[in-house]
Amino acid sequence: MGLEAKLTQDGFITTTIDSVIAWARKSSVWPMPMGISCCAIEMIAAADPKYDISRFGSEVMRFSPRQSDLMIVAGTVTYKMAHVVRRIYDQMPDPKWVIAMGACTSTGGMYRSYSVVQGIDQFLPVDIYTAGCPPRPENLLNALMAIQDKISKTRARDFQDKIPSEFSK
Amino acid sequence: MKDLIIQKIKERFADSVIEFSDFRNDLSVLLKKEAIHDVALFLRDDADLKCDMCKDATAIDWARRKNRFTVVYHIYSFKNNIELRLKADLDESDLNTVSLVSVWKSAEWYERETFDMYGINYVNHPDLRRIYLPEEFEYYPLRKDFPLLGIPGSLPLPKSEN
Ligand code: SF4
Repeated sequence: MGLEAKLTQDGFITTTIDSVIAWARKSSVWPMPMGISCCAIEMIAAADPKYDISRFGSEVMRFSPRQSDLMIVAGTVTYKMAHVVRRIYDQMPDPKWVIAMGACTSTGGMYRSYSVVQGIDQFLPVDIYTAGCPPRPENLLNALMAIQDKISKTRARDFQDKIPSEFSK
Repeated sequence: MKDLIIQKIKERFADSVIEFSDFRNDLSVLLKKEAIHDVALFLRDDADLKCDMCKDATAIDWARRKNRFTVVYHIYSFKNNIELRLKADLDESDLNTVSLVSVWKSAEWYERETFDMYGINYVNHPDLRRIYLPEEFEYYPLRKDFPLLGIPGSLPLPKSEN
């Protein structure tokens, strides 16, 4: 019993479009690596052969926001940088997700200072927060799996009434 | 070598030197602020001293002292392998001091940073703009009276669209 058995017997399966799309989407999350400071090193480590983020279908790091689904914000976001991060986020096509990687992006971390945004959720909708300074690659992979869980639960109607941000201006 | 520096500066700028201090083998010269440009030029060009590099320029905020700020230049002589600090006190009422960019080109960005952080106005600086903070920022964050977490709203965040 399995997919193959089902296909060889009947030649078709019944499902919903939503679950097929979600199933296809979740194993091909293309990240936008927003590597701003030290956390980015661990993000790179997650892509290397030892941790191998491609096991989850996310090895295609896109430096063009137009081609990515997931923004991994890895590093200390200053007020000056916040505008850049937000602008890149706005350029990503919907649907899109955000991982706040590390203490700095989640809360400001050890930079309790006038220049550092005390948590990027002040200007970005964050889906997953990752603890650690820096988080180990496993922790980033864990966050990615949580994103995949979240994606597998999305339905087309979640996005139905939402105007894509590229058209709202 | 230090004695030679002290002697040479004393000879020429007896009126401008307020004090020499030698703390843990680091020699500093406190000058009147009007004299700092002339002394700098002399230290750079003198054949024995040849202090040809400015390694850093910064300032100190003493908070409650009468002359609230001190500007500091760290200079270095390759010829003698010796480091020296030039200092001058500024009062809060007059934050102008002459820029040393014409003496050491490397001072340009250091002075811009000091302007950015302390609001010290370097006269004759070729391009005195903020270097790190947004240009429309109104405060000087390394001053002692600036709150650690900043002034709420002084640095705008992007507006979220949805
Ligand atoms: S959380 Fe730690 S490792 Fe990550 S960007 Fe901040 S200081 Fe660097």
